[in-house]
Amino acid sequence: MRRVYLDHSATTPVRPEVLEAMLPFLKDEAFGNPSTIYSYGREAKKALDEAREKVASLIGARPEEIFFTSGGTEADNLALIGTAAANEKKGRHIITSSIEHHAVLHTAQYLMRHGFKITFLPVTPEGLVRVEDVEEAITDETILISVMHVNNEVGTIQPIKEIGHLARERGIIFHTDAVQSVGKIPVNVDELNVDLLSASSHKIYGPKGVGCLYIRKGTRINPILHGGAQERKRRPGTENMPGIVGFGRAAELAGQELDSEMERLKGLRDKLIDGIMNRIEDVQLNGDREKRVATNANFSFRYVEGESLLLSLDMKGICASSGSACTSGSLDPSHVLLAMGIPHEVAHGSVRMTLGRDNTEADIDYVLEVMPEIVARLRSMSPLYNQR
Amino acid sequence: MYSEKVMDHFTNPRNVGEIENPSGVGEVGNPVCGDIMRLYIQVEDGIIKDVKFKTFGCGAAIATSSMVTEMVKGKTIEEALKISNKAVAEALDGLPAQKMHCSNLAADALHKAIEDYQNKSKKAS
Ligand SMILES: Cc1ncc(COP(=O)(O)O)c(C=O)c1O
Ligand code: FES
Repeated sequence: MRRVYLDHSATTPVRPEVLEAMLPFLKDEAFGNPSTIYSYGREAKKALDEAREKVASLIGARPEEIFFTSGGTEADNLALIGTAAANEKKGRHIITSSIEHHAVLHTAQYLMRHGFKITFLPVTPEGLVRVEDVEEAITDETILISVMHVNNEVGTIQPIKEIGHLARERGIIFHTDAVQSVGKIPVNVDELNVDLLSASSHKIYGPKGVGCLYIRKGTRINPILHGGAQERKRRPGTENMPGIVGFGRAAELAGQELDSEMERLKGLRDKLIDGIMNRIEDVQLNGDREKRVATNANFSFRYVEGESLLLSLDMKGICASSGSACTSGSLDPSHVLLAMGIPHEVAHGSVRMTLGRDNTEADIDYVLEVMPEIVARLRSMSPLYNQR
Repeated sequence: MYSEKVMDHFTNPRNVGEIENPSGVGEVGNPVCGDIMRLYIQVEDGIIKDVKFKTFGCGAAIATSSMVTEMVKGKTIEEALKISNKAVAEALDGLPAQKMHCSNLAADALHKAIEDYQNKSKKAS
């Protein structure tokens, strides 16, 4: 059966070029510990430095400002907890948004239980944070602002540059979770005015379990792990060499292909969005249409439930995800859609499709061909549909 | 994550639809996730002759709805009242732990439909 993978925001496959770069570090060829002084160690250290340069180059940072972590989640935890711990004498107030990934949201809630005051900013119905709201939330106690760059569910691009400008004026540390923007839109830490930035390898065709936190020189932050002197003591532990080398190569390729690939994907995405909206009734696009990453489409199909949509899509070989309560494990619908003011039952019928390298025009044609039947079948079973 | 039986009932659900002038209707909402099921029964001589459902919910909710309609068709009211959530889940070769609450929907809707039928027949007599 035909398979169409439309969940690239969840994860991506490792590119062949990336795998090739990683392999020596998984074998006996290049197994060395980069902290050692003999040849194996020196070779590893050289590869580590090169990977750091490649990742730094993708986001316009200096190599010594890149700190490798076990992924986006750890980078977010380090950014929030590390900054809170290092600056709590200055104040105990943190500003973030209500649409952050759980890696930020739950970390902020953890800090709240430990005596920090957290402001969770609302968003517009289009899923955007307002700069004015950030400005209003700032107090003398504010030590950190954390707002994500691109939202993972609805793909909205937040006004990071403007928020960063504000934070800089007020002398407040500014973090952005850029896990969904790095490699998909141009990211430059100086243009964006950020002090801390999280990135993850497996969203850009690198391996899972590796990412980084960019820390601007001079930013006060404590480590959250304690041990050796790796990553300039900010992130101890023997380096995940295959992962880091793979991340470096993935970052290099993402940078080279960014413009052309995003132009292509934008075309596919617009075809998908227009096609769905034209073919099916009672559908809405979730998230701003313009301030949106090229890879994301998120729809709510009224009167049907997301999990049953995903199962039906899966039977046709199409892989997607949903903000429905029934798929969440916790049985709450997506906090992002709810924060946008989308009613519970509409959030329930949401489907996210996220595009990537392997997708073609023919994939979109196929989705547009099968989707109307699937929605019609589920609606024919829905007690809500006839009630209209 | 779902058994073959669940997928079978999800793909080819039995008894989807509505009954005109039914003997009883039961509608329940799932307070946990917000899903909804409506079940219609047609009773003749104390026997459930026909049953139909409509469900807005996950794969497990649709499959349990379909399964419960199969289980009650041809049963007496007394027999139908004995059908439990657990029995429906078991008939589907089990459900994932976080989906057990979905099976409540089906049995609860059935019991409500029977209650509705009994209230109506009380009024009539
Ligand atoms: C916005 C965002 N932040 C953080 C993460 C977590 O990254 P990782 O899976 O590398 O821990 C993800 C990925 O799920 C994400 O989309
Ligand atoms: S009915 Fe919602 S999770 Fe099953």
